[in-house]
Amino acid sequence: MRCVVGIDLGSTTTKAVLLDEQGRVVGRGITNSRSNYEVACAVAREEALIAVRFTLLQRELESFADDAQSWRDQLHEAFRLELYRDQLAELEAEVAVALRALTYVGQKATLEPAAREVHERMRLHAPELFVVGAPRKSDFFRDLAGAAFISAAEEVSREQNVPYERLVGLFDRAVLNVETELRRRDFGDLLARAARHVLERGTSGEERKRFESAVARAARAPIQELAFVGTGYGRQTLPFPKEAVRSEILCHGRGAHRVFGGTRTVLDIGGQDTKAIQVDGHGVVTSFQMNDRCAAGCGRYLGYIADELNLGLHELGPLALGAKRVVKVNSTCTVFAGAELRERLGLGERREDILAGLHRSIMLRAMSLLARSGGVSNELTFTGGVCKNPMATRVLRELVTDSYGEGITLNAHPDSIYMGALGAALYGLDDVVAGRPQVLPTFALDALTTGA
Amino acid sequence: MSNPAMTQSAQLEPAEKDQSQIEQKRMIADHFERLARAKAEGKKVVYTFVPGNLTELIGALDMLAVLPEINALQSGMRKKSAGYIAEAEKAGHSEDVCTYVKCDIGMLKSGNIGPTGTKLPEPDLLLLSYTGCFTFMKWFELLREEYKCPVVMLHVPYQTDGEITPEMREYIVRQLKDVVIPAMEQVAGKKLDMRELSRRLQLSHRAEDDLVAVWESARHRPSPIDGYFGGVYYVGPIFSAFRGTEDAVRYYQMLRAEVDERVRRKEGPMTPDGPAGEERFRLVVEGPPNWTSFLDFWRMFSREGATVVASTYTRVGGLYDKGFRHSPDEPLESLADYCLGCYTNLGLPTRTALLEDYIRRYEADGFLINSVKSCNSFSAGQLVMLRELEKRTGVPGGFIESDLVDPRYFGKANIENRLQSYLQMLEARRGRASA
Repeated sequence: MRCVVGIDLGSTTTKAVLLDEQGRVVGRGITNSRSNYEVACAVAREEALIAVRFTLLQRELESFADDAQSWRDQLHEAFRLELYRDQLAELEAEVAVALRALTYVGQKATLEPAAREVHERMRLHAPELFVVGAPRKSDFFRDLAGAAFISAAEEVSREQNVPYERLVGLFDRAVLNVETELRRRDFGDLLARAARHVLERGTSGEERKRFESAVARAARAPIQELAFVGTGYGRQTLPFPKEAVRSEILCHGRGAHRVFGGTRTVLDIGGQDTKAIQVDGHGVVTSFQMNDRCAAGCGRYLGYIADELNLGLHELGPLALGAKRVVKVNSTCTVFAGAELRERLGLGERREDILAGLHRSIMLRAMSLLARSGGVSNELTFTGGVCKNPMATRVLRELVTDSYGEGITLNAHPDSIYMGALGAALYGLDDVVAGRPQVLPTFALDALTTGA
Repeated sequence: MSNPAMTQSAQLEPAEKDQSQIEQKRMIADHFERLARAKAEGKKVVYTFVPGNLTELIGALDMLAVLPEINALQSGMRKKSAGYIAEAEKAGHSEDVCTYVKCDIGMLKSGNIGPTGTKLPEPDLLLLSYTGCFTFMKWFELLREEYKCPVVMLHVPYQTDGEITPEMREYIVRQLKDVVIPAMEQVAGKKLDMRELSRRLQLSHRAEDDLVAVWESARHRPSPIDGYFGGVYYVGPIFSAFRGTEDAVRYYQMLRAEVDERVRRKEGPMTPDGPAGEERFRLVVEGPPNWTSFLDFWRMFSREGATVVASTYTRVGGLYDKGFRHSPDEPLESLADYCLGCYTNLGLPTRTALLEDYIRRYEADGFLINSVKSCNSFSAGQLVMLRELEKRTGVPGGFIESDLVDPRYFGKANIENRLQSYLQMLEARRGRASA
């Protein structure tokens, strides 16, 4: 398969989208950006390439199986489980390194067996995370393994009477290395392992053979990357030539317009940028405004609030939906908002009600940018990490209706987080179609096997 | 508020310099030398502002001008403004006060060492000859307390309807005759010689003709000048202490010859990295530049092949390309028109019309607004102008935000991101138009 790659290096997450030559999305990947953009970029692309192979696999399966989708989903979950198991083994090895680095012999002696037990339980419970159709809070290894580690560490530290913080400290050190070190993974091997587990569940010999050869073909099919375009906050650090770098404003506009063809205005709220973008009938940006000097009103604001409340970022929106009233939060500053939050809690306000106010405060800032960029005249598409927050979307809808009337269509799709990468890939496809020469970037992990 | 560059220390200067720039540097050094000797030689010193400055009048009375705005922008370029601003804030000036003012106050509190390293003489007179900027009044009020010296004020009516009426002109001429000139004469200790004033106005006229030719050269492709970043050097002499002098006449002749030569060779302007490469974008810019990261800011344009073909900032000290000239035949009347015609004394419709004219006349691909936090005279209404200009010309506008001399308000990554996005947008739209 021949495809183009768009990569959006955001301050919080890095996304990759692969398009085939017809401009169809064939793969997507996302990872947290960490402190190393190059690794993040490589991992997101790797994830997207895996997704491409699953697209190919699905096409293979469709040629002979009645319930191709179900088979694909089962294989996909089994694949993720195998990948997770590999990463757990890497984590365990890193924890062992961290243990070896401990200075006090006595400490080592108590922590070692406890850590072993924690890993044992994580392995045991791993399959529960990868059941077809089950909701998963995150796709990032750090989040999944972190939650599993914490829950096992709580039990084990109680049972074996070892300090919980010490155990968790080991995880914090180890996971960083698992995340930031590029590792060679054999996709074909992982998929074959996954297939073995799935096919054990009652398939006949003939059927089994067909599945196995479909899996092998999908794993081996050559994938040629024709062009790369990078965008996002970290784009300057991408190992891309200058011509292959596009502004995220252009990319978000283009991506949003591609998914929702009637889009004329895009609101993108990312980790540290908020952008209000106007596009023409072709998805080309005609004007834009973005936040200046301060990240209040961006995703980081919510991240800070989540930290203050000791909650996960993804929990804020659903919690805020349970508000009975909206507490007025005046702050335009993230740090002051944190102070205001504590003050309100101290005064006995409900957490949900304060959160509703904080969401409103963010969206009011976004409304100001929207107004300054030229306003909203018909179809508004909400993109960026914050669009996954249901409360943010609800408040935006209310405010847009207040300011611009009932007739405005508001698009907010969970996949909107990929709009920047999608737009980048579309610009890459333009380059290929126009026959512009491509200088492909060098990836640190090109050593990493993506095929069989 | 507003202002051109006069000097720069060596490490801040562009890689290559034109002869005219070397000449300008000499002129400035001489001027600061004269200022350093002023008290010893019994010369009187007048502090005044760039918009509506009465340089010929100051010169005709044999006094020397100090321009606090220029000192402030110089401090910005020389990376001293952050310390000066902190000094002023320590003295009780709010974070929201114009940063030129705070920078100047901070410099004063730190010993009043000028851009060339010599101490500036204290003022004998504060000449407030443009009141369109309310902050100017407050600024001199503060300086009056510090220096205990007289202030003379020329009240300049705002050009609400975009034209100078005979009454407005008469109002200013009367103030000049009845208040301003007598006050200046008293400080100078001599009577104004009208023939000397006319002689100086004649010299101004000649320099102004050459400057206009320089602005006009931007109609060529590639433009031989950058009318914003390069432009602030070009306006240096004429906006400040040199208008109405032989030095200025010679400087503008030299500059014009250099520009003509570049036109002949089809060369672009000089940039901080040497001669410009291919001209990819022609832009018109509204608003003052940022001074604390001036060369970085310039490079953001020049490295993308963006040349500024015209800017309004370089018109704050006179809209000569719209026909105004100082006149030896009507000395006071032309000084009145000059004060009334400052760019910031124009209403939004007039400013919009001027920008529209620049966009069309210089065939700009886009126009960009640098909205500075410090200056309401400039910034108020800029988004309204942007929308209106887009509507009238179909040329896309861009918007960036920074400040004059407070480095805290220059977010390099953010500004670069916006500018690159804007230029890529122009490129994408160009591609769309030709598709």
